[in-house]
Amino acid sequence: MSDAAALEVRNLVKHYRVGTGITGGGSIVHAVDDVSFEVRRGELLGLVGESGSGKSTVANCVMRLTEPTSGEILLRGSDITHLSRREMRPLRRELHMVFQDPYSSLNPRMSCGAIVGEPLRLHGIAKGGELRTRVEETFDLVGLRSELRYRYPHELSGGQRQRVGLARALILKPSVLIADEPVSALDVSVQASILNLLRDLQREMGFSCLFITHDLATVEFLCDRVAVMYLGKLVELAPREELFASPQHPYTQALLSAAVVPDPEEQRTRKRTVLEGDVPSPLAPPSGCRFHTRCPLEPRSAPRSSEEEPPLTEFTPGHLVACHLVSAGRPAPRLVEEPAKIA
Amino acid sequence: MAEPLLEVSDLSVRFDTDDGPVHAVDKLSFTLNRGEVLGIVGESGCGKSVTCMSLVRLLPETAVISGNAVFDGVDLLALPPKRLRAIRGRDISFVFQEPMTSLNPVFRIGHQIGEVLTRHLGLSRSDARTRTIELLDLVRIPSPAQRIDEYPHQLSGGMRQRVMIAMALACNPRVLIADEPTTALDVTIQAGVLDLMRDVRERLGTSIVLITHNLGVVADIADRVVVMYAGRKAEEAPVGDLYAAPQHPYTIGLLGAIPRPYHGDGERPRLREIPGRVPSLRELPQMCAFADRCPRADELSRSQVPELRFVRPDHLVACFHPGPE
Repeated sequence: MSDAAALEVRNLVKHYRVGTGITGGGSIVHAVDDVSFEVRRGELLGLVGESGSGKSTVANCVMRLTEPTSGEILLRGSDITHLSRREMRPLRRELHMVFQDPYSSLNPRMSCGAIVGEPLRLHGIAKGGELRTRVEETFDLVGLRSELRYRYPHELSGGQRQRVGLARALILKPSVLIADEPVSALDVSVQASILNLLRDLQREMGFSCLFITHDLATVEFLCDRVAVMYLGKLVELAPREELFASPQHPYTQALLSAAVVPDPEEQRTRKRTVLEGDVPSPLAPPSGCRFHTRCPLEPRSAPRSSEEEPPLTEFTPGHLVACHLVSAGRPAPRLVEEPAKIA
Repeated sequence: MAEPLLEVSDLSVRFDTDDGPVHAVDKLSFTLNRGEVLGIVGESGCGKSVTCMSLVRLLPETAVISGNAVFDGVDLLALPPKRLRAIRGRDISFVFQEPMTSLNPVFRIGHQIGEVLTRHLGLSRSDARTRTIELLDLVRIPSPAQRIDEYPHQLSGGMRQRVMIAMALACNPRVLIADEPTTALDVTIQAGVLDLMRDVRERLGTSIVLITHNLGVVADIADRVVVMYAGRKAEEAPVGDLYAAPQHPYTIGLLGAIPRPYHGDGERPRLREIPGRVPSLRELPQMCAFADRCPRADELSRSQVPELRFVRPDHLVACFHPGPE
């Protein structure tokens, strides 16, 4: 199984220490706690969660932009968790990232052509005429006019800038692309063109992609499998159709029911579960199941829910859920059967 | 039955910048009826926020505003500043997008809400405090008597937005203008804020202008929708009509651009893209502003500005070739 994985994350933990001053002490932010998943070859895996769920920290650890506290990251089967920057360098060809903000992730002093060509230059793969040809080809690939090579990022629209970011990430034909909220800063009509482009390119080039987002509709459109995170934990992982048709974890159920649909009739007739309270602080995550403080099904699993952490277990083949109420073949109760809390 | 409360006609807003004028809003007219939720949708730069800011004159001095905005018999745009101040925050109040930056970080939330009450309603400090606790309770903030003495940084984003709404509701306003009230919030929190706004409308009868780029939010709560493009109104319709039978090619494009669940067999269709980009607002185009991106554009669209026409009762479209696909 693992030799098929383009990227594998095993028991990843990232704790940040905060508030350490001269007096010592301080506390620990549990950003990511024991998260494991794999991105199969040629697969688009969506990683979904709300702010503070740790999804971007996962991306940063995978990219080795932050040092994980523990756990392993395997790129095509080889452990890259503890490689030095120098050892990491040749592997950077295989692993590229597109960032959320198309404004701050491009160097304002470089022309767009230079930005896109930089990976080729730094890896010493091409220069001169060949470099230019490859940059032109890549501009064409992402649907940018070739003249834009001489323009600077500030002269481009948000959508064009995100295409430049995508061109830079894809020019080395990486085997894995990490995309962290690549469309959330863009207008709806521009989002559509970037999502279409990403889907086309993925089919054409066959790279594997970890797509991080808070937007369920995007995941539904783009991804093959979906992983849901809550407060540093993976709570559910399933193939797309399965997750949307039969979400199990109460958090996933609530998340799906809260998403708005652009159809007044449907939107106004669906029952939704509004979660009570706020996401607890990652400085002191709740004991047991991290969702138990807000879980509408909590009475049914208490007191176990606050004492014991539910492991990620297989509900059906390929569908993993971390909830005390779910076991192999036994689904969780539906939330929408609870009285809807609509005023 | 529809009783107009706020009538905006021929509103134009121009900013005189160092690089010349920018025409943010061009002859926009709309009506807000009593007890209604009016959604104003559009993408960045379409003039939706500027429109609402101009009504209560919260724009910088570089803005040149013309037209009328009649609220309860008085023209807000012609009112002397002192009288406008008495209306703003009392009869017409605002909720902004960023709950982080629209609260003052150095004052307790009780002080900030109380200020509205002492200023507009002349309540004493102790009465203001009692009323503030009621308001926090109204917006469903748990243990309001404790929360009242907290500072904004002690609250989560969703809580802060509830505080903003409490502040906006302090004087029982007749109109609440909410500019992207849920954009900065997570989906599960957004659902709660939308429920709260629905509740406010039903219990207090407040009319709401909801400005957003999110067509899902509009579908959830609006009664009527105005779609704006490049400072002009492209389409206006009751919410059901707009989604079921959009007429303007821009509206059709926007609705097709949103990913939605696909249950069919075989290849999932691509999302609809709108080619090109929004025109510059430096000059007012003497044509349909959408013509350069529109599959239906012809000579007529490129030579004249389309007037708004009724295609059905209550359904207005500014297009020479309206209709479903």
